[in-house]
Amino acid sequence: MKITEETLLEKEGYRLHILPSKKYKTITIVAKFKAPLKREGITERALLPHVLQKATNNHPNVRSLQSAFENLYGTALSSDGSKKGENHVISFRMEVVNEAYLNDQEPILEEAVQLFNEVLFDPKTEGQGFDSSIVEREKQTLEQKITSIKDDKMSYANMRLMDHMCKDEPYALHVHGYLEDLKTITSEKLYAYYKDMIAKDMLDVYVIGDMDQKAIEKLTDQYFSRKGSTNADDDQVSVTKEVKESREVVEREEVNQGKLHLGYRTYTKFGDDDYYALQIFNGIFGGFPSSKLFMNVREKHSLAYYAASRFESHKGLLLVFSGVDPKDYDQAKSIILEQMDAMKNGDFTEEQVEETKEQVIHQLQETMDNANGMIEVLYHQMLSGAEMPANELIDNIRKVTKEQVVQMAKKIELDTIYFLTSKEGGES
Amino acid sequence: MEELVYTQLNETVYQETLDNGLKVFLLSKPEMAKTYGIFTTNYGSIDQTFTPIGKSEKVTVPEGIAHFLEHKLFEKEDRDVFQDFTRLGASANAFTSFTKTAYLFSATSQIDKNVQTLLDFVQDPYFSEESVEKEKGIIAQEIRMYDDQPDWRSFFGTIQSLYHDHPVKVDIAGTVDSIQKITKDDLYTCYETFYHPSNMVLFVAGNIDPESMMTLIRDNQDKKEFPDAPEINRSYPDEPASAAKKEHSITMPVTTAKAMVGVKENVEGLTGEELVRGELLSGMILDYYFSRSGVFYEELYKNDLIDDSFQFETELDRQFGFTILGGDSRKPDEMAARIKEMLHELKEQRISDEDFTRMKRKKIGQFMRAMNSLEFIANQFTHYHTLGTDLFEVLPIIESLTADDAEEYLQHWLKEDAITVFQIKPQANE
Repeated sequence: MKITEETLLEKEGYRLHILPSKKYKTITIVAKFKAPLKREGITERALLPHVLQKATNNHPNVRSLQSAFENLYGTALSSDGSKKGENHVISFRMEVVNEAYLNDQEPILEEAVQLFNEVLFDPKTEGQGFDSSIVEREKQTLEQKITSIKDDKMSYANMRLMDHMCKDEPYALHVHGYLEDLKTITSEKLYAYYKDMIAKDMLDVYVIGDMDQKAIEKLTDQYFSRKGSTNADDDQVSVTKEVKESREVVEREEVNQGKLHLGYRTYTKFGDDDYYALQIFNGIFGGFPSSKLFMNVREKHSLAYYAASRFESHKGLLLVFSGVDPKDYDQAKSIILEQMDAMKNGDFTEEQVEETKEQVIHQLQETMDNANGMIEVLYHQMLSGAEMPANELIDNIRKVTKEQVVQMAKKIELDTIYFLTSKEGGES
Repeated sequence: MEELVYTQLNETVYQETLDNGLKVFLLSKPEMAKTYGIFTTNYGSIDQTFTPIGKSEKVTVPEGIAHFLEHKLFEKEDRDVFQDFTRLGASANAFTSFTKTAYLFSATSQIDKNVQTLLDFVQDPYFSEESVEKEKGIIAQEIRMYDDQPDWRSFFGTIQSLYHDHPVKVDIAGTVDSIQKITKDDLYTCYETFYHPSNMVLFVAGNIDPESMMTLIRDNQDKKEFPDAPEINRSYPDEPASAAKKEHSITMPVTTAKAMVGVKENVEGLTGEELVRGELLSGMILDYYFSRSGVFYEELYKNDLIDDSFQFETELDRQFGFTILGGDSRKPDEMAARIKEMLHELKEQRISDEDFTRMKRKKIGQFMRAMNSLEFIANQFTHYHTLGTDLFEVLPIIESLTADDAEEYLQHWLKEDAITVFQIKPQANE
């Protein structure tokens, strides 16, 4: 089994990835802009996707632009910013219905790609800046978003854990940006940042669906080429921070349920030899409903509805999260810590290792059934330089031994225990 | 086994009603690695009062019991069913809605065994006093988690303001107090009444051979004994057409206020197809005015009455229906007042044929995109089937709709007393 037939082409100022697939009734096109994660520019990068999706010189207001997308059978365009280790990626995703499924087989793909091009490369401008009324309104929207992170307690607790744990590392930077930076952004400054980003960020374009390869290439050549851009990879390699001493942080808010989040360092990243052992480790520890965390925190002690772990592939972190009653903090914490000790002591069976391998493989195959999932897998691989077909990935997962999982567990170090709890009650 | 061929979509659904009454639907997608199976009973949180199988008196069971039962079916005398799926390399889950309880798995290997496991665990309940007690702590934490989520509270708060007595106003998971009353016997009563195969639908979609899969399911069911299909006798309180409250608000520790405008929809006497048609028309009309291409959205957004969190939806089901519009707002009173006015203005406006065509194209595109998901197909097909309609016939329905239909729909829509406004106000800082 192959991951997929990927055709990779170095183009003028971008890299084109063509992924033919008969799984979908649509064609998905994703453009990814990557740059080092820095405090300077992070707020601009959070604001840009909002501004760019509002208007182009050809469609000078939201209604006009959105109507144009709607006419193309509700072609969907979305964008988001995310951290990949210590790099920042802005992804623009467009999904168009495959013409073959339309009654009259209208040629809508080219028009959709042309609109995509307008959004990326021809936003509505005013003198040396973006349309200032759009920028001002979108600044308000982003401000609202930044202040309301607190309303989603799980994300908020996760953000606070990163604030404490990765204090002096770029990884702690907030993808939504910062209020104090937002105040100083003008439509001219934002436009200057945009010009720089659109010219210099590393650009990868993925096209997935049932299509004619030559026709797609012709379209992307016309609409994604960046004249004069070298498309260089300015990669920021993430620094590995040794844990000197683990710490415990308790913060209080008006909550009914406490959020208990633990941050560990794994010292293993995507592309490392023991990455596969980390996947199995996580599966046994907290990745699935069969895991130690779920079975002990939830099923055995009824302390939580959810108790799970996940790892950050490009940064080398393992995160545990659970929602518990404020009064159960000590008990839940010690149960979680005991599960990690059990992993280090090899307190799990060969059978569990084998079952977890199948779970991890299933998860991977399921991800690759989804167009965006497939693109993410390939993009991760490309960034880490560890490109391999799916069968090789799966073979490597199958080769993991119990001993390797124990070795992995022993490598993992606790960095920070974070508890967001109620104002009254609970532990002090 | 019957074949339903949908030419434009290039899909074929295989269906059969088994001797015990179970409806089975299969969709083969050999290009996918994955197979998804979902086993659904037409029983949800609103089915609180009914005549238990073999009895003559009606009973009312504690709030949150359908959801509690969903949790408990996974636990057997000797094991947890999650582990069975784990051993088969699959992932399993379940959910409870107002009108349904569903159990599901997704797998890329050992599909036959996974399908058998799904059927067997749902059809072999084991409830004990001890395990029922244990579950109360877990579900209490699930309820507490939702209590801290402003989006959930605003959605449910709006429904609670719309309905006087109907159990749709009860939180699906119940309350921390109501679940304490649940007993092992209650669970068996609900199980025996609502989990008869004739009240259930199985949908398997993905990398399967329909012929052999149907044989496997038939054999599995033939080995089990069930009593004759009971006629299920559910009862619901008389519910006025008006909203229970004109307005209501709660405070929560949120940074930004939320306001929702709710409209109670009249679904009495509507057939499944009429519900689907109503949901489509309402969706297209709201989309036209309130999505990012709409005039009303533009005005609300420019005046900072709404932000990116603004959402709207219409849900019509057996027994109940509602439309909800709203989200975060810095001026919640003004936002709600203006949206109410806008809803009234809709009646005096007409969508042009050209614009209506655009909304149809958008709907068709949305449907095609959703068709990429096995989960969407299986879940929605089941939902439509229980309403007495066919998901794949939605496309011709959309194509048949006209601007006149939209106008006609609006004429019968929206009575002033069916509207409510629900708000979440930020708690004053100390």
